Amino acid sequence: MAGPGRGTGSGDATYRALVRPLLIPSWLVIGILMVLPVALMAVYSFLTKEFRGGVIWDFTLAAYDQFFLDRGLFGDEPPRIEWTYITIFWRSIWQAVLATLLCLLIGFPTAWFIATRPARTRGIWLFLVTIPYWVNLLIRTVSLRFLLRDQGPMNEALMSLGLISSPISIINTNLAVQIGLFYSYLPFMVLPIYAAVERYNFALSEAAADLYASRWATLREIVLPVVKPGIIAGCILVFIPSLGAFLAPDLLGGAKTFMIGSLIDEQFRGSQGNWPFGAAVAMILMTLVLIVLLVYARAQGRAPR
Amino acid sequence: MTAAVDLKNVVKRYGPVTALHGVSLAIADNEFFTLLGPSGCGKTTLLRLIAGFEDISEGEIRLFDKDIAGLEPNLRPVNTVFQHYALFPHMTVLDNVAFGLKMKGVDPVARRARAGQMLEMVHLSAFADRFPSQLSGGQQQRVALARALAPEPKVLLLDEPLSALDLKLRQAMRVELKQLQEQTGITFIFVTHDQEEALTMSDRIAVMSAGRVQQIGTARDIYEAPENRFVADFIGETNLLQVDVAAVREGRATVVLPGGKQIVCPASGTSSGRHNLSIRPERLTISDNADLMATVERVVYLGTDLQVIAHLDSGEPISLRLQNAARVSLPEPGQRIGLHLEEGGARLLAD
Repeated sequence: MAGPGRGTGSGDATYRALVRPLLIPSWLVIGILMVLPVALMAVYSFLTKEFRGGVIWDFTLAAYDQFFLDRGLFGDEPPRIEWTYITIFWRSIWQAVLATLLCLLIGFPTAWFIATRPARTRGIWLFLVTIPYWVNLLIRTVSLRFLLRDQGPMNEALMSLGLISSPISIINTNLAVQIGLFYSYLPFMVLPIYAAVERYNFALSEAAADLYASRWATLREIVLPVVKPGIIAGCILVFIPSLGAFLAPDLLGGAKTFMIGSLIDEQFRGSQGNWPFGAAVAMILMTLVLIVLLVYARAQGRAPR
Repeated sequence: MTAAVDLKNVVKRYGPVTALHGVSLAIADNEFFTLLGPSGCGKTTLLRLIAGFEDISEGEIRLFDKDIAGLEPNLRPVNTVFQHYALFPHMTVLDNVAFGLKMKGVDPVARRARAGQMLEMVHLSAFADRFPSQLSGGQQQRVALARALAPEPKVLLLDEPLSALDLKLRQAMRVELKQLQEQTGITFIFVTHDQEEALTMSDRIAVMSAGRVQQIGTARDIYEAPENRFVADFIGETNLLQVDVAAVREGRATVVLPGGKQIVCPASGTSSGRHNLSIRPERLTISDNADLMATVERVVYLGTDLQVIAHLDSGEPISLRLQNAARVSLPEPGQRIGLHLEEGGARLLAD
């Protein structure tokens, strides 16, 4: 251990006495902004719902029961598995996976392109990538809806060019949600991959070519494995918000594209809401995300430095 | 006999900058050939042209009589030991060494066996399963060497491979590299700015400066018969004196030394006029039979040698090296000494 704490026991104690108060702001931030809300959500998921929103302080597993089990309309039939919410989860995961792959497919070449520009122009390219993010996500998603709708500029342009005879219906489809998610989270893919490629030692590519590797073999055997941490970070940064997204599915998708984010959102809206159920869905979502991160962390732990 | 590498009037330009101005070189098969020069002289560019990382702008480049201009590096039977090794960080030492064979389509059993042999050759068998980051600089250097030799290239290119090692290791590796080259019979093309490295290992050396080859020859050639001022100055230490040339005939010149004495010495194709005379410091002795008269300024003790720094009566500085033998009596600062020039110790330079 380096630092001023090294040395005699009394020195250690003095050091700790000095440092403890300095840590208080960090503990407050972590406690109030992270631990407390999650704990609150966990507690709420075990409470009983109040009909006009809010909760009654009666502990119950009803919210989780509602998520996983179907007991019939009056709750007196033998329990069967409730597929409604699992289907929504499955659809959300699938949409998030697709969005992540799409972002990777476009984001990797983009990041590569930027990272291989001369150092003085890289900043400009990065700036261009981040410009749209100066505008609120809601406004951008609404604009996208305008762009994609049947009488929108995209369809009109295609029709005036004679490429299509009638408008392509994109809005209210899975494709629209995909486009929305892709557009929302692309920079989260580009930036970490950019950081990894920028650190990449291009002498490794030369060494691979020197040792008879073709361009594809070099990409597969050397480049991708070496920049993998950046790719994984990008995938996580796109996958997690895509999984819980509700703006894109709400504004661009229809009833058939209902996703977890919208489901949670709905539970806390107006008098139809069910707070404990919303909290339970959020807890289940968080558990899922944590499992993904844990798998990633373990994979990283095994990899060489 | 066909040359391993044959370059004819090779020009390399980067935009408006010309890095190589018409280089011609023929490197024989099984030769330890060194490209020696200060940084920026074009030696690394030349190596990269042979490896195929860059394309020549003009001229001809042949490998065992086959025109390789424009050929991708992965299609050239040439391997490189990179200056900073460029080992693949995500692969074990064994996988690094086997990589070239894998890309050539050698089956896993055979390539692992061959990679194992290569590691044995560079004394790293015990480290086969480590990752490059777990090795010392010297060990990484050996892995890079084994990796480049494993696919049995026809020519091995070495880009200042010893520059990152400490002195002791560097000296040991010089001997090992030379042995390895003799053992494998592969043509080595070695790039360095370190003249001692070049002189100790090479069969032949090309001294480069400012994108041109200044002289090609054996270590002895370039040290004892430098063709121009750059080579004389860059290789070893030398005293350069401006002298008047009385006559030049059949490679020998009669020159007038400062102080008036005439001597006859070998010349590198000059005419009469005023030219540089190169005198190696170790070819001067203190003697009553003096060719030059000088006044001692300083004596520097170097262990095996003594360096005497003096100036001639005409004011030009001159230094000489004396072996630190028991009988040597040290000259004192301010003392006037006669300097005797050994037979063949001076050479008249072209420019």
